Amino acid sequence: MTQEITIENIYNSLQQVMDPEIPVLSVVELGMITDVVLTAGGAEVHMIPTFAACPAVTYLQRNIRQRLEEDLHIPVTVIVDKHIAWNSNRISEAAKVKLEQFGIAPPKRLAGEVSEELFVEVPCPHCGSTDTYLRAPFGSTLCRAIHFCKSCGQIFEQFKPLE
Amino acid sequence: MLNKAITDLLTKMADDELILGHRNSEWTGLGPVMEEDIAFSSMAQDKIGHSWALFRILEELPEGRQADLNAFCRPEAAFKCCHLVEYPNSGYDFSLMRHFLFDQAEAVRYESLQESSFEPLQQLSKKVKGELKYHTLHANAWILQLSRAGEESYDRMQTALNEIMALAAGIFEPARDYEQALIDEKVYPGEKELYNRWLDRIYPVLVKASLNLPDLNAIAPAYGGRTGQHTPYLGPLLKEMGEVFNLDTAANW
Repeated sequence: MTQEITIENIYNSLQQVMDPEIPVLSVVELGMITDVVLTAGGAEVHMIPTFAACPAVTYLQRNIRQRLEEDLHIPVTVIVDKHIAWNSNRISEAAKVKLEQFGIAPPKRLAGEVSEELFVEVPCPHCGSTDTYLRAPFGSTLCRAIHFCKSCGQIFEQFKPLE
Repeated sequence: MLNKAITDLLTKMADDELILGHRNSEWTGLGPVMEEDIAFSSMAQDKIGHSWALFRILEELPEGRQADLNAFCRPEAAFKCCHLVEYPNSGYDFSLMRHFLFDQAEAVRYESLQESSFEPLQQLSKKVKGELKYHTLHANAWILQLSRAGEESYDRMQTALNEIMALAAGIFEPARDYEQALIDEKVYPGEKELYNRWLDRIYPVLVKASLNLPDLNAIAPAYGGRTGQHTPYLGPLLKEMGEVFNLDTAANW
């Protein structure tokens, strides 16, 4: 059965489009969708990348288009929104819990600019200890930093706070 | 006139990011420790991403050229990067000091662009400014750590600073024909102003590291890059960088 074409149904479909680098989170949960507009016979999805050099942008644009065309049978245009810059507060609270369960420490909530404070005592996603230190501000992808937990002796990654 | 001035500004910024991004990427697989290998590789990715965003803005200007063609198919003399970014990586001391001086300069530049009257640059600057935080955080931390890591390490950092200062001052070469127009139109505050803000920014870090800033009156800034006069290092880099692209410039990636 074909779904009715509503903004809500479009968002429901977008919830199925996962980030290729963090497969437990969708583009909606990551706060990458800035607007959905119904047009004559189709839809426009406006999105923003997490980092400017994110290599997954073209891939995500294609996945969004394919998913919506499959679910709703309408032509979809995916537009990169230049008016809004992504920041880490756009990740929903529910998504932060999923991130932690996936083994990546979520970013601390930003109030103002990024400072060194946001990198100390980051709770370890494996054992919960805050006896941790920042090992490097760059990790396996642009959006991750590397930390070390002195309590359980494990390396872990943190999704970086970004202004 | 203003269109030409903005093209000049965007091109020199994009070229700096592209060339230093390429140099940073040459550390991939060769970093002194794994985290540093990853750091320089990540910063390379950021820089090339930022240059791509700038080339995209250029592309959308009247008579704008397609981003990839602009990046890979221009003759050397059409590049406007400063000499600092052209130099080979040399040792880690040189690379790290260059990274510190360049990224602090970028941070100051993009902060100033938050107020730019040229909207595309103003919008991009918000994004880039946040990302650059990680570059300066990384640079500051290592300048401090290595300057405090014993006599040999300290000497090497001081020597690198002495050698690089004139090159770094060359970042701020004013645009010969366009500087005043860009300032008057509030596109950016001008190189002289950025140079002064940059000095205010690097000085406290150097003091903490007990490094001595060379006498600025005694150095001759390495100018020329902004008008297409380059070091012998740029040519071979451009050739290598464009090698695959130039096999078939019309190929679809």
